Order: sequence, then C-alpha cells, then structure tokens
Amino acid sequence: MASIWEYANPVKFSKTASTVLPWVSVLAAVTLAVGLVWGFFFTPDDFRQGSTVKIIYIHVPSAMMAINIWAMMLVTSLIWLIRRHHVSVLAAKGAASVGVVMTLIALITGAVWGQPMWGTWWVWDPRLTSFLILFLFYLGYLALWEAIDDPDTAADLTSVLCIVGSVFAMLSRYAVNFWNQGLHQGASVMRAGAVTGTDTEEKVSNIFFYPLLLCIIGFVLLFVALVFLRTRTEIHKRRTSALLARERLS
Amino acid sequence: MIALLTRDLKLAIRAGGGFGLGLAFFLIVVILVPFSVGPESGLLSDIAPGVLWLGALLACLLSLDRILALDWEDGTLDLMATSPLPLEGVVTIKALAHWLTTGLPLVIAAPLFGLLLNLPQAGYPWLVLSLAIGTPALSVVGTFGAALTVGLKRGGLLLSLLVLPLYVPTLIFGAELARRGADGQATTTPMLMLAGITFGVIALLPFASALVLRVNLR
Repeated sequence: MASIWEYANPVKFSKTASTVLPWVSVLAAVTLAVGLVWGFFFTPDDFRQGSTVKIIYIHVPSAMMAINIWAMMLVTSLIWLIRRHHVSVLAAKGAASVGVVMTLIALITGAVWGQPMWGTWWVWDPRLTSFLILFLFYLGYLALWEAIDDPDTAADLTSVLCIVGSVFAMLSRYAVNFWNQGLHQGASVMRAGAVTGTDTEEKVSNIFFYPLLLCIIGFVLLFVALVFLRTRTEIHKRRTSALLARERLS
Repeated sequence: MIALLTRDLKLAIRAGGGFGLGLAFFLIVVILVPFSVGPESGLLSDIAPGVLWLGALLACLLSLDRILALDWEDGTLDLMATSPLPLEGVVTIKALAHWLTTGLPLVIAAPLFGLLLNLPQAGYPWLVLSLAIGTPALSVVGTFGAALTVGLKRGGLLLSLLVLPLYVPTLIFGAELARRGADGQATTTPMLMLAGITFGVIALLPFASALVLRVNLR
C-alpha cells in the first residue's frame, strides 16, 4: 500500500487528480441531481412550514461544508508548516475559495427561509452571528493570499493565520453563545441519540432525511471535485510561472 | 528589553502622532455618536458601555500599523532580529509599548468620555476595569496582525480585515462586563472570560507573531 505522502509530489498529485476528477464530478452531479429532485418534488410539504422546508436540502449541506472546509484547511495548513508539502497548502487555498462560497450560500438560504418563517431576514442569533464571523475569517484568509507576492511567504503567513484564526473562531463561537440567546434550532439532523434510538427530542423525519443525506453526500463530492480541480490549477500555475522565470534568465 | 521599551516609549512621545492620536480619535467617535442616534440621555446611557468599548477598539486599531512598520522601513527590525534578544521578546515589548501609549490613556480617559454619554453612576468602575483587562489583548492581537502585514505596501486596510474578526471575543466579553456593571447585574462570568482571553493571548500569541515576523524578514 502506497503512503499518503506520495501524493505530496505535485506531478503524482496532478496525475491522480486528472484520473479521479471526471469520476468524482460525474458522481457529484448525479448525487446532487437525484437528491435535489427527490427533495424538491417527491417529499411532502411540512405541515407547519409548507414548502419552505425544502430549502433544507441546500442550507444544511452548505452550512456543514462551510465549517468542515475550515477544519480541513486547518489540517492541511499544519501539514504545510510541519512537512513543507506544497500540494497541502495549495489544497488549503483551493478549499478556502469553495468554503467562502459555501458560507455565503448558507447565510443567504438561511435569510430567504427566515423571512417567511421568523418574519425577518436577519436576527443576531448565535449561529447566524458565528457564521458571519466565519465568513469574515474566510475573507481575511483569502485577502492575505492575494496580497503577498512571494508564494512561500504567502503560504507560511496564511497557514499561521488559519491556525490562529481557528482558535479565535472557536472562542467567538462560545462568546457569541454567551452574548445572546438563539432563535435557530439546535442540531436535529444527526445526533448520537437519534442514531441509537434513545433520543426523545424532535428530529428531522426520515422522509426528509434520506434525500437530505444524499444532498450532503453530493455537496461533499462536489467539494472534493472542486478542490482537486483548483489544486491542480494552482500546481500548473506555479509550474508556468517557474518556466517563465527560467526563460527570462536564459 | 527595558532599553527597547524605553526607546519605543520615547519615540512615541517625542515623535508625536501615535500618542495623542488614539485619544483624539476616541473622543471624536464619542462625540459623533449623539449626532447619529439623537441626544436623549436615556438612550445614550443605555448604549454608553458598548459605544465606549467600540470607540476604544477602533482607536487601538488606528495605531496598529505603526507598531512595526516604521522599524521595518528603516531596517531596525532586522537589527532586532539579529540581536541576542529573542524575537518573541521583541514582539511582546512592542505590544507592551503599544498598550502603554494607546491602551492605557484610553483606560484613563474613558470615565471622562463616559460622562459625555451619560453613563450610569454604577458603570464607571466596571468600565475602567473592563478596559484595563481587555485592552492588553487588543494590543497583543494587533501586534500579531501588524507582524502578518508588515512587508506589504498598503497593509493598513488588510490589517483591519485580519484583526477585526480576532477582536470579536474580547469585544463581546468586555462590552458585556461594562454593560452588566452599569445595570448592576452579576459580573463574575464575563470578567473571568475576558481575563482568560487576555492572559491566553499574552501567553501564546507572541510565539505566532515572532513566527510570522521571521517569515517576513526572510
């Protein structure tokens, strides 16, 4: 069995990405299409929320991705700082642009759902507020990448920012919880108690859960495909600029 | 270390600019608030703790890029990096100097500005206490931001974008402490959280600041 560190080699990574990419993309497209169509057209309306409940199929997966992408960036940033693998930090950069869009999607779909349900586009609820702060962290991270010319310096600085930012993002999450009581519902899709059947609290009904699960898988696959694509593009961009620099020297 | 601290303090006082500027900015923010929300004293005393905290935070932000930029431009920072003093110590001293020239005057002047906003009587000691505990964290976090952006031509705006999200926990707990103190509610929890954040950043963040500074000096 090959070690995972073999993929730290950019050439090897590019080659693997190129073979995997079409499969993942097609799989993501199929899963998302089935999940969304199933969710939108073949599930009943909620008896209190009506058809607005269907925004769950975009809102929940994108929100989950927004948080988990930052966690992935944290891991890849650590790998870069410890083992200096360029592919790792480029993957973090590629993931950040996807993450910022996911955060935005979660915020916008939430506002669109909140308007008819809560009667307002925006409330300063802990979850909403922490997502806004997460959005700011993504913006800062990407802005720092853009601002620095030297690629290695940029990689180092953004990695440190990602790690420090993670700590502060967690802090903000708890500070915000302390600061205001929420309107947003608690975790109701996947809970330990819900799986083992010991849970007596409300949870999302299975009719909605299966298409939702499919949508979540679809979003994950879409993310994997986009990260492969963006990382490969970055590698190619690096190689092009290196070739150009060599040309200019000779 | 002490020589470096006195040098920074002397520079800040004699060269002008940094020392009074933060205070003047704070004053202007406080004066502008009644113009924007109206002069009713009831409303003003409700929002006074939050506004004073926001003003102090923005005044801190204003002077952050001066922490390292001037020393970067004339090469002093390279000399400091090669000196026997570890870079972690340098950034800690820099943050301390920034706090003494920006944070401490704000803490001292805050009661005066509280008067302008009709802060309730009970709120004064809590306002001063919350600022005294919270502003060191603003200086230390700001030094980290300054170290990140020191090599950039126009880092000022980027510095704000990077540092402001990091200020969120301090602002929440600081303003909450001042507000609860003014309302006569229990203050222990936000005070402990605020102190925890401040001590945590003082203990850990200089290492991150020194790390990014080394990258920028490379």
